[in-house]
Amino acid sequence: MSRPDPSGNRTVADYPLAEKHPEWVKTARGGTIEDVTLEAVEAGGVTMEDLRITPQALLDQAAVARSANRPTLARNFERAAELVDVPQEFLLEVYELLRPGRAKDKTALLAAAAVLRDTYGASRMAGFVEEAVEIYEQRGLFSYRF
Amino acid sequence: MNERDAPSGVLGANRWRRFDDWDERPLRLDNFAVEDPPNGFSAFHGLRDPKPGVVVEGGRIVSLDGTAAADFDMIDHFVANHHLDPELAETAMAIPSQEIARMLVDVSVPRTELARLAHGLTPAKLAEVVAQLSSIELAFAFSKMRTRKTPGNQGHVTNAKDDPLQLAADAAIAVAFGFDEIETTMRVARNAWSNALACAVGASVGRWGTLFQCAGEEAEELQIGLAGFTSYAETVSVYGTEKAFVDGDDTPWSKAFLAAAYASRGIKMRCTSGGGSELLMGFHEAKSLLYLEARCLCLQRAMGVQGTQNGGIDGAPVASSMPGGVRELMAENLLAVWLDLECATGNDARHSESEIRVGAKILPFLIAGSDLTCSGMGTILKYDNSFNPSSFNGEEMEDFLVLQRDFEADGGLTSIDETAALELRRRAIDALSAVYAELDLGEPSPAMKQSVAIASGSNDTDSYLPRDASLISERIKERGITVIDVIKALARRGFREEAQNLLNLVRLRVSGDYLQTAAVVRSGHVISAVNDPNDYGGPGSGYRLNDARRRELAAIRDVLTRDEVLRTEAAFARDEAARIAYKVLGPAARAKDAPTDIVIGVSPAFGLKLYRTLAGHPLSAVLRALCEGIRAKGCTVRVVRMRHTADTSFLGLSAAGLSGSGIGIGIQAKGTAVIHQIGRLPHNNLELFSNAPVISLEHYRAMGGNAAVYAMGGMPEPVVVPTKGMALGARFHAQVALLYAIETALTQEDAQPEEVEVTYPEAAN
Repeated sequence: MSRPDPSGNRTVADYPLAEKHPEWVKTARGGTIEDVTLEAVEAGGVTMEDLRITPQALLDQAAVARSANRPTLARNFERAAELVDVPQEFLLEVYELLRPGRAKDKTALLAAAAVLRDTYGASRMAGFVEEAVEIYEQRGLFSYRF
Repeated sequence: MNERDAPSGVLGANRWRRFDDWDERPLRLDNFAVEDPPNGFSAFHGLRDPKPGVVVEGGRIVSLDGTAAADFDMIDHFVANHHLDPELAETAMAIPSQEIARMLVDVSVPRTELARLAHGLTPAKLAEVVAQLSSIELAFAFSKMRTRKTPGNQGHVTNAKDDPLQLAADAAIAVAFGFDEIETTMRVARNAWSNALACAVGASVGRWGTLFQCAGEEAEELQIGLAGFTSYAETVSVYGTEKAFVDGDDTPWSKAFLAAAYASRGIKMRCTSGGGSELLMGFHEAKSLLYLEARCLCLQRAMGVQGTQNGGIDGAPVASSMPGGVRELMAENLLAVWLDLECATGNDARHSESEIRVGAKILPFLIAGSDLTCSGMGTILKYDNSFNPSSFNGEEMEDFLVLQRDFEADGGLTSIDETAALELRRRAIDALSAVYAELDLGEPSPAMKQSVAIASGSNDTDSYLPRDASLISERIKERGITVIDVIKALARRGFREEAQNLLNLVRLRVSGDYLQTAAVVRSGHVISAVNDPNDYGGPGSGYRLNDARRRELAAIRDVLTRDEVLRTEAAFARDEAARIAYKVLGPAARAKDAPTDIVIGVSPAFGLKLYRTLAGHPLSAVLRALCEGIRAKGCTVRVVRMRHTADTSFLGLSAAGLSGSGIGIGIQAKGTAVIHQIGRLPHNNLELFSNAPVISLEHYRAMGGNAAVYAMGGMPEPVVVPTKGMALGARFHAQVALLYAIETALTQEDAQPEEVEVTYPEAAN
């Protein structure tokens, strides 16, 4: 998998990307958004895979958000870019572990953070989960709930 | 009055009965609570609200609103780490709150500057600033600070049976009304897939671009999103105390993770929060609604979500039970947009049984404009709303449309035509049926489809029941049906336009343009706070209605026009021609030595251009009743047409001046009538029937009788026409103005009264 270019230089002037720069907007299989036509759907050439957002698109949107002075929104898009290729089951597993009392101690969450970082290259999200571990410990959130 | 004469219940009663009347008003069903800060009942001034403050050391926040980092709860931690800009915080916090409050309402301070400043403000500071604003200042500041320029709206599409046919039909209607987003939920949780597919198909009818969500269990909601049926989510709730958050089964980190997860799937997302939720959950920490909501909103910005739905939401009723509670809801909406979040401004969970309170609550948002005026207006009837009744529902839809027209304020909706509405419903039902047939999900009968097409609500339908929906839902889920399958099915069965519309919507997620702040789709284009930023800077700037939109808002149903009024009158003319004939005898003269002579002065258009009163009586019948009443008491009557005036008082006074008795009756074509007497001042009449719409023929007969009694020097009991307190002006004044203009157009200065012979051809037969 090719790593997305993190040095996004898109700005509010490029937005909406699909209208102003359709050539930048690629589908997960490398086509452009203009290939996703009704005719192509009917011919069976379009799958849900072609309707997914890509890490690059999220990084582009992050750059747009940052240029609109919305740095926190940009950081969310950057975390999201890292999750695009994380399978749904693992995503829901990590979400579940982050909920209060699900992890009885920090081990499982730290392990999840390691998988995010090592398997999916999701270093920002891994750091985010590790921050949660630290706070959960301080606040006694690894407690019994059910 | 002695004891025996008193009606029962009067003697010994010791309550002013007006209180009985008040007890019966819907308002009295509302709970009102006393301000009680120790127990969390305070909108603005909690017992334990902290003083604003921040300490930054080495680029880190070491103290936040009086709490040292070592004592931070998880919300403080998250706000300190992800919301506050340490480089800005101390400078921003040093500005006095009143100064910032003034900046919020100062048209010369741009919203971008205030939005930037908010990056350095703590929850307590934000709350302290907005608490200084009055309700009108809050609304004004909201109008200036909201993120996207063009206002919009969101609607609920649900029904009590989870009937997919009705969902499809109602979704198409919601789209036609112009909702930017529609939201469904289920009576039975497992029907989520059926609801989602039905709404997605219905919302593809007519035009494309209405975003859609299916509110349900988090994991399933995400799955449905992955299958392409939905395009946004907003059930990600956050809370302002740690205990409430944990009780809500989440943490800021779990919610922020979910926020990133939604974005990673190309699905728009906003959070939900709102004053009163912590109180309802029992973990308020004796803090005010506003302060706790300020924490929620800082959290949301910190998480990096693009927007929020707040303003009480499910807490709106309890917030509204407190003094200043509704003002607090306005303050929290302002905080949201100041923090640069898209704001779906509540006005959903109905906060009152009083229609007056509901109408008053919506007004500031309607005139200020809002990204989504209601975060769920019920597009369906109240009993069909599976979220619970909203402030405005299917029943009150036209009230909302009229409010838009009254204030020339854009609440995002547009009237729909009756014929077009039914066609859209049928099209949506047929489209869904086609998808069902193609994907082997069911075969609704023509009777089912017809019952849904014409139904106002699910009580009227003979269609799918919740169990049927469950079976459909399970089949969709088990077979892994996706939006691609639905698009193909639509196209294959001839619903190409709908197929294209649905594809256009789901294609949005590839670029992620609609993930930016306050994004909606208008006329096939994504608009958001990025490319349609609110640039309000005083009169002439910001959102303004253009001519086309103004005409749309004006175009409500059943609007009177002059032509229409004249057409209706013309239709009546034919009938009247058979009933009465007016023959001009020549100039009217004053009767001499005729003490029982009474003159009825009729208005210029009476029976010539206008033919019935506002109460609907033919003028022939009215004239006959007056004459009969006069004659029955032994007087004689002449009819005189006045052409110099159309005013009731002057008609009456002129008639009195011509009569032998000195008594005259003046009557306008719309039915307003007066008994007058020679020598009196114009407006000091003997009797007046001013409310033409409620006057009966019996009243006119009695008026004639009284005129005769006056003529003979008597003092009759005046005829009092009872009213039931109807808003007659609202019901009739537009028509009155059009009719009266016809009368006045026929007046001629110095035109002499003409005596008229009146005959009744029908009576002669």
